Amino acid sequence: MLKEYDVIVVGGGHAGCEATAAAANSGSKVLLITMNMGTIAQMSCNPAMGGVAKGQIVREIDAMGGYSGIISDKTAIQFRMLNMSKGPAMWSPRVQSDRWLFAQEWRLMLEKTPNVDFWQDTVMGLKLESNKVVGVKTALGLEIEAKSVVLTNGTFLNGLIHIGDKNFGGGRAGERNSTGITEELIQLGFDHGRMKTGTPPRVDARSLDFTRMEEQKGDEYPSKFSFTDTKPLSQQRSCHITYTNESVHDILREGLDRSPMFSGSIEGTGPRYCPSIEEKIERFAERNRHQIFVEPEGWNTVEIYVNGFSTSLPMDVQLKAIKQIKGFENVKLFRPGYAIEYDYFPPTQLKHTLETKLVENLYFAGQINGTTGYEEAGCQGLMAGLNASLKTQQKDELILARNEAYIGVLIDDLITKGTKEPYRMFTSRAEYRILLRQDNADIRLTPISHKIGLASDERLRAVEAKERQTKEILDLLGSHSIEPDVANPYLEDVGTSPLKQKVKLSSIISRPQVSISSLNNHVNTEQIGLNNYDPECLEQAEISIKYDGYIKREREMADKMQRLEDITLKHDFDYSALSSISSEAREKLSEIKPKTIGQASRISGVSPSDISVLLIHFGR
Amino acid sequence: MIDRDTICALSTPAGSGAIGVIRLSGPEAIKIAQAVFDGKALSNQKGQSLHFGKIKADEKVVDEVMLSLFKAPHSYTGEDVVEVSCHGSAFILSEVMKLFTEEGARIANPGEYTMRAFRNGKMDLAQAEAVADLIASESKAAHQLAMNQMRGGFSKKIQELREELIHFTSMIELELDFAEEDVEFADRDDLKELVDRILLILSKLIDSFATGNVMKNGIPVAIVGQPNVGKSTLLNALLNEEKAIVSEIAGTTRDSIEDEVKIGGISFRFIDTAGIRETDDLVENIGIKRTFEMVDKAMIVLYLVDAIQADAAQIKEMIQEIEAKIEGQDKQLIVLANKVDQGNFDLAHIPLEIKKKFPEGKTPIFLSALKKYHLDELTAILEKIAKETLSSANQVTVSNARHHQALKKAQESLLRVREGLDQNITGDFLAMDIRQSLHFLGEITGTIEIDRDILGHIFSSFCIGK
Repeated sequence: MLKEYDVIVVGGGHAGCEATAAAANSGSKVLLITMNMGTIAQMSCNPAMGGVAKGQIVREIDAMGGYSGIISDKTAIQFRMLNMSKGPAMWSPRVQSDRWLFAQEWRLMLEKTPNVDFWQDTVMGLKLESNKVVGVKTALGLEIEAKSVVLTNGTFLNGLIHIGDKNFGGGRAGERNSTGITEELIQLGFDHGRMKTGTPPRVDARSLDFTRMEEQKGDEYPSKFSFTDTKPLSQQRSCHITYTNESVHDILREGLDRSPMFSGSIEGTGPRYCPSIEEKIERFAERNRHQIFVEPEGWNTVEIYVNGFSTSLPMDVQLKAIKQIKGFENVKLFRPGYAIEYDYFPPTQLKHTLETKLVENLYFAGQINGTTGYEEAGCQGLMAGLNASLKTQQKDELILARNEAYIGVLIDDLITKGTKEPYRMFTSRAEYRILLRQDNADIRLTPISHKIGLASDERLRAVEAKERQTKEILDLLGSHSIEPDVANPYLEDVGTSPLKQKVKLSSIISRPQVSISSLNNHVNTEQIGLNNYDPECLEQAEISIKYDGYIKREREMADKMQRLEDITLKHDFDYSALSSISSEAREKLSEIKPKTIGQASRISGVSPSDISVLLIHFGR
Repeated sequence: MIDRDTICALSTPAGSGAIGVIRLSGPEAIKIAQAVFDGKALSNQKGQSLHFGKIKADEKVVDEVMLSLFKAPHSYTGEDVVEVSCHGSAFILSEVMKLFTEEGARIANPGEYTMRAFRNGKMDLAQAEAVADLIASESKAAHQLAMNQMRGGFSKKIQELREELIHFTSMIELELDFAEEDVEFADRDDLKELVDRILLILSKLIDSFATGNVMKNGIPVAIVGQPNVGKSTLLNALLNEEKAIVSEIAGTTRDSIEDEVKIGGISFRFIDTAGIRETDDLVENIGIKRTFEMVDKAMIVLYLVDAIQADAAQIKEMIQEIEAKIEGQDKQLIVLANKVDQGNFDLAHIPLEIKKKFPEGKTPIFLSALKKYHLDELTAILEKIAKETLSSANQVTVSNARHHQALKKAQESLLRVREGLDQNITGDFLAMDIRQSLHFLGEITGTIEIDRDILGHIFSSFCIGK
């Protein structure tokens, strides 16, 4: 009944949607199979995209030609650039989203994408030929053929929802879970584990007293995610901040004996950096309050997401405790918080393309790999969908390096180190953080993506224009001088030492206190023509002047390490025959089968002297 | 490890030999050698040729050397190689190594020459496993040695400071990655204070490790004994002896200091020479306290007695006291019976009643400082002891040099952190330099991985996560 596809994507969450878009836009015929056509691109947890490190990932997805950035821009209700007081590598875009618009926009964009078909059904198993996947089997009894399959099952594989001492099967509140796939993969020889995540209650805005909370507004001059021509917000909605207190904690403590976390009925590992409120009061008993962000779920809805109050305590405890929060005295619950356990497959079983080592043409992306977060899922989906598509077209795979993208860091971490708790991106995971900025994601990635046929010509032209303009600005600043009597009033104004003789403009811009825009306001620089340039390019030029030394040093380190990445290891090499490396290294290398010496050096338990030995065998 | 930079290392066995060979290998080998070599222009010379010249530091001659030049690919490693044959003094060798590293050479990792040789096709695969084994065992030994030499609790201290620094990095990472959350900020003043503390320790370590005090200043020797036993005469005899022995170059690089003797290229420094002269001249009683102060400072104690006048009980008591004092330390006691020329006996046959003055097992060297009789026996023993001492110290020099480099690099990056703190730069840039210094401190303590440490620290110490 259904034709043969190049790529079947199983699951319509953030990973599945990006996988579908990337595969289709790189020229493959794609079928997206989802259990429910009505819940494509659901934001199961908080209604927000981006944040520190995650915002950089969304920019990277956009630069590659993915959709998350465009959709986030179109459906944002508030924009903030976080970390503006830090260096440019830390600037991180974040939006509050309209949850319904977000899902709707994704579905519409996928509908408009050529080569994408949809099918509502539950995939129960894989169709295999020896160790190759050739299609899927569904609950409706279909066998659909495809050259490759991308699994993005999220929390649905044997999903088990916990609220207090109750638990029941489900993939998300109000939705069925999915069984069968895990069991089949285990039979094929895959290792699997359980993870756990949680979500807070949703409440009725009409029952809250916002006057008792602090307002958190969006940026005065909002920016955006996409490098395309999406529009920044002209109006925004505010969030609010309030705090828990000792009486909230007391009530929570009384309910702990009925908490599935503490009673032992949850076996999965939860993220340490995203603890439930009951874990916070247990682990950090000395803190007498915890911050709560009150986030609207959309432009028009009264539903509120209580960020910071993730819990799986019994409903009566949740309600009693939340009422003690300032501003929540008369709160009405819409939906209780809950914890969910689900199956994942340790990602060390994957190649860098996200194809499994065991089954050819089978790809995994998102929570099935042990990650958490829409952005983390989305970028894996993009890379899995893209690589599946490239492979079906017999083209070279695309792997992003750790010094090219957070996406590269994320995938390499997963494949090389695995993860024991839900993996979230932090900027500190990137050793070349100074290079991986949100402002240059397009410069870093669009040319790469364009070359393999994903990013459009239009995107490439925009990047080329940005680079050209930036260079022109740098030339102008490096060739025009400024006299002391012109510059000094301004320099004293911003608190930096006055000039004694005339200097090039670039030399005063290198001072931390000076910015091109404020210089423009105070000193008439019109005659040199800076005003004609796009603010984005001015910013690019300013960053490269101000942080030149750091950027160069980081680049040098990255280049030095790159040499280790250039030496490839044989996939079928028998590490057990290497007597001169430690037994731990032998075991890890045999398990992970690193692709390069560089990757091997990042495996924990592999020492520098083990690497020397590998160099002897492979370095020539 | 697969760097294409130029490496150097001592390639003769550790310990003092007549000559010591330092090998440079890599694209810059000739340039680096030339920078400190006063002789022919090496780049114009043929490969596999020998050249005589001087190694100079700031116009001062460090050593006269023979330099063997090998041009790629006709060398052991297949790269440009320069082998410098120096005099075998540990001091000279470490000075030359230091010069090379200052010119840009890196201290070779264990087995790195062999590895380069292999990678450049100079060995076949059958030899690879053997090389690999060598590297594994050398790395282990080098690290053990490095740890052993970090006496005086330095290694523990560095470990502690590194942990404090990790704590700080996690505070900084916390404010970077969790800016939105209700977290405290890392106190910059505390960080400054910590950085200063680490810098202080690092500079102390760098000073003490740079070449090793013993080799730099000579082996400290104390001459102790009653007034008028001939301490001053012995000292003069040794000093004169030296001038006779020492050729223009041997020994060599340092201005001869009054209290320094060079025997077999090794420096010996006599402690409190002024005191020795003074007490002997004035026939002043040198107090036991002063004697013990000298013993404290010395590595070799020469206990000098008047063979003819001395009293057996007094000798026994003194030997016991000195031995008690030096027990468990790396010090040597040599008993000397001076003035044998003043007795009425044939010097070749010391009478039994004189021999019996010395406790069993403490047979002295019978000598005459004045007549320079049997002084050669003394210098031979001094040389033997010194070589034993230096052979362990010399190994230290090699691993030391690597160590020294890590310490210097840690210091460099911490100085940048310090500078950044003064300029109030943001945490992301601070973190970059702190990470570098952690990396180099880790090279010393043998713990490299930091990301896991940092994130682990954040998650266990701070309440984060919405």
